[in-house]
Amino acid sequence: MRSLLLVVAVLAVASAFGLWWRGRQGRVRTVADADVLVRADLGADLGERATFVQLSSQVCTACRSTARVLGGLAAQRPGVAHVELDVADHLPLVRRFDVMRTPTTLVLDARGAVVARLSGAVDPRQAGAALEQAAPSACTDGALAR
Amino acid sequence: MAAPDPVVVPPAPPVPPRGIDPRGPRFGAGLTAVLLVLVLLLGGPAALVVLAVVVAGFVLGTVRGVQGTWQGALYSRVVRPRLAAPAELEDPRPPRFAQLVGLVITGVGLLLGLVGVAAAVPVAAALALVAAFLNAVFGLCLGCELYLLGLRLRSRDA
Repeated sequence: MRSLLLVVAVLAVASAFGLWWRGRQGRVRTVADADVLVRADLGADLGERATFVQLSSQVCTACRSTARVLGGLAAQRPGVAHVELDVADHLPLVRRFDVMRTPTTLVLDARGAVVARLSGAVDPRQAGAALEQAAPSACTDGALAR
Repeated sequence: MAAPDPVVVPPAPPVPPRGIDPRGPRFGAGLTAVLLVLVLLLGGPAALVVLAVVVAGFVLGTVRGVQGTWQGALYSRVVRPRLAAPAELEDPRPPRFAQLVGLVITGVGLLLGLVGVAAAVPVAAALALVAAFLNAVFGLCLGCELYLLGLRLRSRDA
């Protein structure tokens, strides 16, 4: 009887954690005190309007799908770049931004300032919302009135 | 530490190994979870035997990749033929890493159990059950989520 209770408790805790984890996937978090990244930090050119810096690792189930979503968005929108970096090669960057998991995506505006970040698997809607924060004009071209 | 070299060569474009059906590892994790529940319910020497079966599966998964386990074989021979083709393929490295994490947890539990530390068996089985259950139900690879934390700790010591 005790062992059955243990099984139930273990599965309940795991379910609660799993639900919490799933709810966090791809959540867009606005960053207040924006730190600025430059070309030398990334080893790649920044986008003229916005840049997705995706921190990935070899052991990452959602990195491929996230790269496809962000790469696709970068290809569609002029001035938007997608840079994918391996955390093992960029630990200073990982520490600087307190990255805890892969994929984590930093969203940079035109100046390279980190204005938002995305944790975990990203779907196209979430990527669009993040881009809207970094470069509102990249979504609705020329709509300066907004 | 990466030198702040202005002409940083971009990391070799990953040559991802051939993808695997992502449903395979999740199916396997479900079977493993059932066995781990058995370990918790049985107790005694029977629990050790079942735990040894789980450990053997993790050894295969660590050495040959998750497709090389008995759960993987069962999936590809029995389950996969009845399903539609997967929507997308998955990198085989994360699930293989997860097998290694599972092997460490359950292996330590089995060894301690064999030398008489009986309490280690249910503890190891419960920890591994959390990971296997999360993998099967949510597609969450717990070891993969912890990988970066491990990398950060290791490099701080270095």
